[in-house]
Amino acid sequence: MLVLTRKNGESIKIGEEIEITVVGIKGDQVKIGINAPKHIEVHRKEIYLEIGQENEEASTGIANLLNILPKTEK
Amino acid sequence: MKINTKYHGVMEIAQEEVWYFVNGIPGFLNEKKFILLPLEDNPLFQILQSTETTDLAFVLTNPFYFEKDYDFKVDPGTLDQISLKNEKDVAVMVIVTVKDPFEKSTANLQAPIIFNLANQQAKQMILTQTEYNTKQYIFKKLPASKG
Repeated sequence: MLVLTRKNGESIKIGEEIEITVVGIKGDQVKIGINAPKHIEVHRKEIYLEIGQENEEASTGIANLLNILPKTEK
Repeated sequence: MKINTKYHGVMEIAQEEVWYFVNGIPGFLNEKKFILLPLEDNPLFQILQSTETTDLAFVLTNPFYFEKDYDFKVDPGTLDQISLKNEKDVAVMVIVTVKDPFEKSTANLQAPIIFNLANQQAKQMILTQTEYNTKQYIFKKLPASKG
């Protein structure tokens, strides 16, 4: 991993299209601004991982799925 | 073409029925082609079946069945990725994590699936700055459901 030291207000360029700026530092929290093209998705890592985990859980088969799902009253 | 499905056996499907998830979905980034299949006698749910992996299928439902005020803004990145230009072309579904008994099942309202009806492209969008979470209980809120 490349490690760079930045001060508040300073930026990092990743290629031509992505810029990451430190916009605030308070205690142990760093506020980061990200400029990236629209096709690049930016997410908090733990949330992204959580969505993936939930998808995996949702895809796990339940043998008698069709009997478990409630049916609408006709 | 013929595909093997998890809940519907072997099926003949048409190319134009396939939904393209250009970036896959989180946890399954290489799965880019799915088909939506109805469940017989059960209009509340549909199956999102991978056309390439028989065993990969999700249960989907319409979030507005149980969360009438469900509300979010489709972000510009998503609009761009699935070339969504017209509001009338959009459909929204959420993934249900089914548990036995069904009362324990939850829906993922934090990451709805956005379908562009105009071009068969779709994407699971992760909401940021939202009160919705990945495990929202739905059983009591479904319309006229029998347990």
